[in-house]
Amino acid sequence: MTLDRVRHELHRAEGVLAQRFRQLSERHRAEAEVHHVARDLARWSDEHVAALGEPARSVPVPPWLSDDPDPGFALLTDLRRLHQSCAAVSLDWELLAQGAQAARNAELLDLASRCHPHTLRQLTWTNAMLTELSPQILTS
Amino acid sequence: MRVDTQLADGVRAEDVDRWVPTAAVLHSNGDGMDIAVKNGRIVGVRGRAGDRVNHGRLDVKDRYGWQANAAPDRLTTPLVRDGGSLVETSWDEAMSRIVSRSRTLLDEQGPGAIGFYTSGQLFCEEYYTLAAIARGGIGTNHLDGNTRLCTATAAAALKATFGCDGQPGSYTDVDHADVIALFGHNVAETQSVLWMRMLDRLAGDDPPALLCVDPRETPVARVATVHLAPVPGTNLALVNALLHEIIINGWVDRGYVDRHTVGYAALADAVADCTPEWAAGICRVPAARIREAAALLGRARRLLCTVLQGFYQSHQATAASVAVNNIVLLRGMLGKPGCGVLQMNGQPTAENTRECGADGDLTGFRNWANDAHVAELARLWNVDPMRIPHYAPPTHAMQMFRYAETGTLRMLWVSATNPAVSLPELARIRSILAQDRLFLVVQDCFRIETAELADVVLPAAMWGEKTGVFTNADRTVHLSEKAVDPPGQARSDLDIFCDYARRMDFRDRDGAPFPPWHDAASAYRAWQRASAGRLCDYSGLSWERLRDGGVQWGGERLYTDGGFFAHPDECETYGRDLVTGAPSDASEYRAMNPDGKAMLKPAPYLPPHETPSPEFPFALITGRTIHHFHTRTKTARAPELDAAAPRVWVEVSEVDAEAHGLAEGDLAAITTPRGTVRARVRIGGIRDGVLFLPFHYGYWDADGAAHDRAANELTITEWDPASKQPLFKTAAAALGRAP
Repeated sequence: MTLDRVRHELHRAEGVLAQRFRQLSERHRAEAEVHHVARDLARWSDEHVAALGEPARSVPVPPWLSDDPDPGFALLTDLRRLHQSCAAVSLDWELLAQGAQAARNAELLDLASRCHPHTLRQLTWTNAMLTELSPQILTS
Repeated sequence: MRVDTQLADGVRAEDVDRWVPTAAVLHSNGDGMDIAVKNGRIVGVRGRAGDRVNHGRLDVKDRYGWQANAAPDRLTTPLVRDGGSLVETSWDEAMSRIVSRSRTLLDEQGPGAIGFYTSGQLFCEEYYTLAAIARGGIGTNHLDGNTRLCTATAAAALKATFGCDGQPGSYTDVDHADVIALFGHNVAETQSVLWMRMLDRLAGDDPPALLCVDPRETPVARVATVHLAPVPGTNLALVNALLHEIIINGWVDRGYVDRHTVGYAALADAVADCTPEWAAGICRVPAARIREAAALLGRARRLLCTVLQGFYQSHQATAASVAVNNIVLLRGMLGKPGCGVLQMNGQPTAENTRECGADGDLTGFRNWANDAHVAELARLWNVDPMRIPHYAPPTHAMQMFRYAETGTLRMLWVSATNPAVSLPELARIRSILAQDRLFLVVQDCFRIETAELADVVLPAAMWGEKTGVFTNADRTVHLSEKAVDPPGQARSDLDIFCDYARRMDFRDRDGAPFPPWHDAASAYRAWQRASAGRLCDYSGLSWERLRDGGVQWGGERLYTDGGFFAHPDECETYGRDLVTGAPSDASEYRAMNPDGKAMLKPAPYLPPHETPSPEFPFALITGRTIHHFHTRTKTARAPELDAAAPRVWVEVSEVDAEAHGLAEGDLAAITTPRGTVRARVRIGGIRDGVLFLPFHYGYWDADGAAHDRAANELTITEWDPASKQPLFKTAAAALGRAP
């Protein structure tokens, strides 16, 4: 049924998101807070992949990191793209929760209500880093 | 009553011309003392018998540290860099260079090109003036103190729990508590007079039980009822297990929690699985001992909790310190004699840095994200609210250094601190400060390591050479009076800042000079107005009143009636995510805490980011010794203090020393991915697998030119996401014999 497709898509997307957080962390090692916190946030997506109950697969992630020579601008670009990825995953959790409620699938609803708050915190973090770092980068 | 007195050789008390009242500036305890003056020179000190903090006693650093004022190598003349070296110049030339560079940068780039990195050792009037100049004059968001390294987590934890900074407890709680729990707080070395107060209790009738959480066998640990020595980086797991035990054993004061807090259900849920056995596996502490500790906390009738660098400078700093606040709230142990929490400070005037807004907040504990608070500050200063940056949290020190590294921050003005020794990963810090494209101003009393990298060096007056107010870790405000003139052309930090403002010609909305004050007395009166109505209200604490001795702002204890300063309209912050550090917004805060109660906030334990490995098998922590302060700028210039701890050492457990073939006094090499330090071995007093290095030692008095002495050669560039405090107690290291 269609609900399974949402679940399957979430499984894939969370796997991708975990890799993207790690790739962001590696690319921006010199940005200490980005480097360290992004690795912690990747763990939440790992946990979601496991909670979604399918065996973890290594999903290929298309190149997405900016190759802009200006490291500040590249950082903003990467955080912006990652924010959009988080937003898409957040919407999928929303869809899963809605479908689970309509289908009276308590187990799936519980899963969504446990995982979705983490996605919202990932989303808030990418937004916060953009908010804090952009004024300096955009005026220098 | 015992009154500690120390006078120069040959000087008797009756020879002293004047005794000038002040308080201690070589730690955060705020001990009241008098400076002895004879023939216009400082000749000694004595404790103030009537002072509420110390009752006449002195820390060893204060007995001898005053000698630094008269050290022969004080800075007495401004210096500027010409042809690669620093040369003496006039004040006019030095200030002209700073003003000229400031104007150029403001024209080319704007206020974001300029940053200020100040201290926990100036006076209230100086921080307030600097905050006004930076935020209201230049309009830069880049102003922070080295308080970021010592006390940022105290502020962050208090704001997270109580909505506003401000120490809830009082030192007098030591006199009444039946259980004192010290979390990462080696009080015997950091605040020795407070430790004497605890020792008095331990030696008297009805002594309190002591809980000590520290990986080292500190003097506190040796007399503790229960000592827990967790593996570095695991504090949060330990305290979550203590919270778990308090909840499942029914030690929660449900009446207090229901009336005065929000968040209980989420906290109980979050620690439901944090059993002592779970924590024992992470912290490497026996579960039975965790249960004993929890029982002490849970059965206490008057519980005092204190927290310091063992938590503040370690992994998950804010979450772990907030977890201690959670204990206090669950037990309803707040606002009564013997009941409270002391989130400690590391430096003597760090409290003022925080209050005045010279660190990560706006003046007077105002909320940068609350437009009404910004508007109020703008009215106070008579400037356009747009002038005061409030589009993001004020920039913290580590981020300022990153901006300097990327070249977007191009002028850095450092006052009364020594980042070339005190910041983490020193090779990186030196390379940032040495850049040609960075214009570095250093304002200090001595030619410190950082000054050697400066473009302009400004000679500053010290404690005892200027008048002003400062506030200790339990909100005791002292007036420190000028005893002697500063040497040579040295000027007070306040005079330097005011001179800069006049030369920059900052103006308010009506075209009047800004800031409008011109000396310490007028600056203090302006601060009294700026703080009026805020939690840290100084409006009733005139200099005249303070001349009678130290007074606490806010009374003996805060929150005595279960009322807090946490209403959405008055709180200092809307909070941060304790894991990610992301700020919450006004609507989230209002929904979570509409009535301004205290907030119980859980966070899950996460493993540290740098853990021991086969190549780097030890956990390295850095810290303090009783004989030195900060980077030894003053204490190494007191012969007695220097002789007591002249060289850097490394503390190694007996097992580890034997395994590495090291004996007491051997020269060891301690290596992390960032560098190597050579230090003499001291065996014992620490858990296996952990190394301790004091952070005080730099290079100004070192033999040779190698960078192998400062502990911060080894530390990692990482900070707590919520408080932005660097982690000095979470690094992986290797140990060997020095070649």
